[in-house]
Parts: sequence; structure tokens; C-alpha cells
Amino acid sequence: MRILSSERMELRSSEDIVSARQAVRKKAVALGLGLVDQTKIVTAASELARNTLDYGGGGTVLLETLENGVRSGLRLTFEDQGPGIANITQALTDGFTSGNGMGLGLGGAKRLSHEFEITSTPGEGTRVSILRWK
Amino acid sequence: MERIPILKMGRFLLVTIQVDMHDRLALALQDDLTSQIVKWKARGVLIDISALEMVDSFIGRMLGTIASMARLLDSDTVVVGMQPSVAITLVELGLSLKGIRTALDVEKGMAALQDAAAGSDGNLSGADRDENSQF
Repeated sequence: MRILSSERMELRSSEDIVSARQAVRKKAVALGLGLVDQTKIVTAASELARNTLDYGGGGTVLLETLENGVRSGLRLTFEDQGPGIANITQALTDGFTSGNGMGLGLGGAKRLSHEFEITSTPGEGTRVSILRWK
Repeated sequence: MERIPILKMGRFLLVTIQVDMHDRLALALQDDLTSQIVKWKARGVLIDISALEMVDSFIGRMLGTIASMARLLDSDTVVVGMQPSVAITLVELGLSLKGIRTALDVEKGMAALQDAAAGSDGNLSGADRDENSQF
């Protein structure tokens, strides 16, 4: 897998979520994703960026354009050094929330992506990665 | 602070969301709308989201909250103009916006609000008549 471009952005405020959404949209358009696919990855990015901010106490997102043979795709990796998630299965369940959200963020982002990876260590932080192929 | 404008059209309020909303802007809209509903005794609120390229769970929840608050203040809410790609994404996200009335465009949304207002006015006069007939 070849990384064609990569850009890291800070997620420290709700304005940063808007900037991240716009950056993801730009990358998705540049990659040639259709409107529905653009909307799906931008929405997934918005959910995960909000998780990073609300539950992780802020962090970063890494936007990468990838190429794997004939396929190209967009990978987004959200990282925080927050409290972490003790029970990932529970966190992925729709409707489960430890905050005051609707509990759709993680599960929803997973459904909106082709590939989804989450690693979290309580006390150290969380890393969520999603990928959408063209 | 930046604000989303609320227009008054007769008995109804009209909001067109044209910017990519950050969270505080969305919360300010909730506050502004509820006070405007009371101030103008508005019978309905029309929210045009045709310019929104994305609706995530935060914005979805905000729309639901506005509809519930408006209901408590005797006002109906119609969300109009959702882009097809947004509708597809919302369903996959798991957000069906239950309890939010939608219409395809502003014209249909206005007609729905007018019907709803006429219906409740009709009920009201019906109730008045019942009350009178008791005396």
C-alpha cells in the first residue's frame, strides 16, 4: 500500500471539527469519490472527530490518500490521549453512550466505512482508523 | 458571535441553514428559535437544510430537540430540502430522525405547516363551541 498524501490536523474545538470535515470533503473530491461516498466519509469523520474532542479531550486526525494496486482510498486516523475505552464492544453498540450523545458515533462511523480499526488502552488513549475505497 | 438568521413569515418562522455549523452555533440556534417562537407566537417553524452537505448525529439531535421544544410551545416543525446523499448517509448512520416532519422543498413544507395550523385552529374553535354548548 502506497501513501500518496498525508496531512495531520488538530482537533481541539468544535470549529476544528468543521475544518476537519471540510478537509476530508476536499480529499474525497480530489480522490474522485461520488457524492454519496463523499457524504458518508465526511459524516463518519464528523462523528469520530466529535468523539476525539468530547471523550478523548482533544487530539489529532491524520488524513491519508492511499493506493493499493488499482484501488485508491481515503484513510482517516483519529488519535487522542484521553481516558480510553475499557469495553470496546459496548462502545460500538448503537445507543450506548457514556456522555450525553446518542451513542451512534462509533457504530455509525463503522457502518459508513469499508474498513474500521479501533485500539484503546484505558488511561492512555484511543486510536480509531477508517478507510473508504473509491 | 455569529448567528443563523431567523425570518418571520406571517405566523411561521423560517430558518435556512447555509453554513457548516459548529456545535455552539447549533446550540445558539436552539435558544434563538425557542425565544422567537414565544415572541411571535409562531405556529410553525420551517427549517431549510438544502445547503447542508452533511447531517451528523449532533445536527440530527439538534433538529429533534428543536422539534420537541417547538411542540411544547405549540408550534410545528418541518425540515425541508434534505439532499438525497444526506438521507442515504443518515439511515446508514442509524439516525432516522423519528418525530421530525420533513417535506421535499420549502413550498411543500409551508403547505404542511399551513395545514397543521389550520387543523389546530379548527380544533380550537371546535373546542370553543363545545364549551359554549355546555352553557
